[in-house]
Amino acid sequence: MNEIEIALFLESGVRLGIPLALAALGETITERSGVINIGLEGSIIAGALGGAVGALAFGDPAVGVMAGALAGVAVAFVFAAFAIGLGTDQIITGTAITLGGLGLTGAVYQARFGATGTALTLPTLPSAPVPLLSDIPWIGGALFDQAPTAYVAYALAPALWYFLFRTAWGLELRAVGEAPIAAHAAGVRVRRVRFLATVFGGGLAGLAGAHLALAHAGTFAEGMSAGRGFIAIAVVVLGRWNPLLVLCAALFFGAASALQFFLQAFGFDAPYQLFLALPYVLTLAALAGWVGRSRAPAALALPWRSE
Amino acid sequence: MAKDVRARVGVGVVAVGATALIGAVLLWWGGYDPQVAAGAMFRGSFGSWNTFASITLVRSVPLILTGLAVSLAFRAGVWNIGAEGQLYAGAIAAVWVGLRGATLPALILVPAVLMAATLGGAAWAMVPALMRLRLGIGEVITTILMNFVGIYLAAYMVHGPLQESRGVFPQTDRLVEAARLPILVPSTRLHLGFALALLLAAGLAVLLRRSTFGFQLRAVGASPEAARVAGRIRTGRVVLASFLVSGGIAGIAGGVEISGLTYALYEGLSPGWGYTAIAVALLGALDPIGVVVAGVFFGALQAGAGAMQREAGVPAAWVGVVEASVILTVLALARLRAVGRRGGS
Repeated sequence: MNEIEIALFLESGVRLGIPLALAALGETITERSGVINIGLEGSIIAGALGGAVGALAFGDPAVGVMAGALAGVAVAFVFAAFAIGLGTDQIITGTAITLGGLGLTGAVYQARFGATGTALTLPTLPSAPVPLLSDIPWIGGALFDQAPTAYVAYALAPALWYFLFRTAWGLELRAVGEAPIAAHAAGVRVRRVRFLATVFGGGLAGLAGAHLALAHAGTFAEGMSAGRGFIAIAVVVLGRWNPLLVLCAALFFGAASALQFFLQAFGFDAPYQLFLALPYVLTLAALAGWVGRSRAPAALALPWRSE
Repeated sequence: MAKDVRARVGVGVVAVGATALIGAVLLWWGGYDPQVAAGAMFRGSFGSWNTFASITLVRSVPLILTGLAVSLAFRAGVWNIGAEGQLYAGAIAAVWVGLRGATLPALILVPAVLMAATLGGAAWAMVPALMRLRLGIGEVITTILMNFVGIYLAAYMVHGPLQESRGVFPQTDRLVEAARLPILVPSTRLHLGFALALLLAAGLAVLLRRSTFGFQLRAVGASPEAARVAGRIRTGRVVLASFLVSGGIAGIAGGVEISGLTYALYEGLSPGWGYTAIAVALLGALDPIGVVVAGVFFGALQAGAGAMQREAGVPAAWVGVVEASVILTVLALARLRAVGRRGGS
C-alpha cells in the first residue's frame, strides 16, 4: 500500500461521506426541533432528479444544485404539512413520503427520459481545489480537492453548532425539541419553528441528492439515493445531535463505505454483495457499541397539537 | 363497536376515492389518458376470473402477510419498518431448508420450510428488538438498516453459497415438488399460501380480541406506562414477543412466496412489499380482517399497474405515489376525525 493508494482511499471516503454529511447536518437541525423526518430519503432522491433536470435544462451544474435543493425543500414541505400542520404520526408520514418520493422520481424520470436504460450524461460539478490547503500531505487532496458542495458541509458544521448552542434562535429551537409545552408557554411558536427546521433539513437533503447526481455519479438513476436518507438519520444518532460530531460521523461512514473499493482493489477476495452490506452492518454495530443511551431530544417524534 | 367499524370502512373508502382522484390527476398531468389507463388497470386486475385469481390474489398473498406483520407490531407500539428484511431472511431460510431436505416427503418438508421461514424472520426481528430493549435504541432506524442487510445477504446467497448448481444465473436451484405449496384453485396460479394468509388473519383477530396476550399487546401499544403501572404488565416481554411474532409473520411471507410461487430465491424477490405493507396495514385500520381487504386492494393495484405499463405506457413506479397518497389520506382523515371529536379545539 503506497501513498497514492491511501490518498485515493481517503479521497473516495470523503466523496462518499459528503452527501451523508449534508443530509445528516440538516436532519440534526430538524431533530433538534423535535421532528424526525424519515422522508429524508424522498428529499434526497428528489434533489438528485431536480439537480439532473436543472443542470440539463440550463447546461450549468450550479443551477442544478439550486434546483436540487429546491426539490428537497418541496418534498420536506409536504412532509411538514402533514406531520406538523396536521400532527400526523411522523414515522408513518415520513415512510409514506419516502415511498412517494421514490415512486414519483422514478415515474417522472421514465416519462421524461424514457426507460430505455441508456444512462443520462449530466454536466458535472468539477472539483475545486482550495489553494494551499489541498497541498497538505495525505489529507489535503482528500478533504480540499472536492466539489464545492463539500465545502458547504465543512462550513455548515461549525456554523450550525454555533447557531444551536450560542444563539437565541438556536436555544429556542432546542427548547421546542426538548420541552415544547414550556417553549409554547414562553411565547415560542412551536409549529413554525418545527416547520422551518424541517424545510431547512429538506433543503440540505436535496443538496445531498444534487451532489450525488452532479458531483458523484454524473448521471441520474432510479432509486440512486440507495438508503442514504436512512443512513443519514443513523449518522445523526452517531453524532449525538451535535453538528461537529455529525460531520465526523458522516466522514467516518464514508470511509467505511470506501473500504469496499479499497479491499477489492487489493484483491481481498470477498463477494461484493457483502461489501455492499458492510456500511449498514457497521452502522448497526456503531449504534449498539457506541451510542449507548445518549439522549435524543426529549420531544422527538411527538406531534405538537395543543394550540 | 359497529359504529367504529363503519367509521373505519368510511375512512378506507374515502382514502381509496381520494387516491383514485389524485392518481387520475397525476396521470393526466403526466400526459396519459386516464380513461385508457384505468381500463388497462381494471383488465389487469379484475378482467377475468383467471386474472383475478392468478395475478391479483397471488400478488395479495405477500401483501396480506407483511401487512399482518406490520399491523400487529404497530398495535403494540413497535415501529417495525423492517418487514422487507424479515421477508428476505424468511425466504433465505425457507429455500435453504427446502433444498437441503429435498428427499423428505411433502407432509414434513412443506411445514419445515414454513417453520424455517418463520424462524428466519423472527431472528431478523430479534436484532432490533434487543437493541431497543437492552440499549434503548429506537427500532425505526435499526429495522430499516436490517432491511438493507437482508437484501444484500439474499443477493450474496444467490451469487455465492446458494447459487444454482449450473452456476449461470444469480438464483438458487428450484425447490423439489415436495417443498412446494399445492395449487389452491386448479388451472390458476393461486396457491395454498392465500388460504394460509386468511387463516393467519383469522387467528390473529382472535388472538388480539380474545387472548390475554392480545389484551396485553393492545394495552402496551396504547400506553406502555399505564400498562406497566396500572396493568402490572411486563412491557419488555410484550414488546419482545410482538416484535418476534411480527418478524415471524413477515418471514412466512418470504417462505410462502418461494414455496408457493417462484420455487427459487433470486435477487429482487420482493419489490418492496415490506414497505407497501405499511400502507396495507394503515388502510386495513391495523385490524387483521381489514388487512386482508386492503391486501387484496393493493394486490389488484399492483396487478393493474403492470397492465397499465404494458398497455398504456404508464411507468409502474406510479404505484409508489399511490401508496403514499393512501397512507397520507388515511393519516389525515384520522387526525381530522380526532380533532372533530374534541369539538374542533
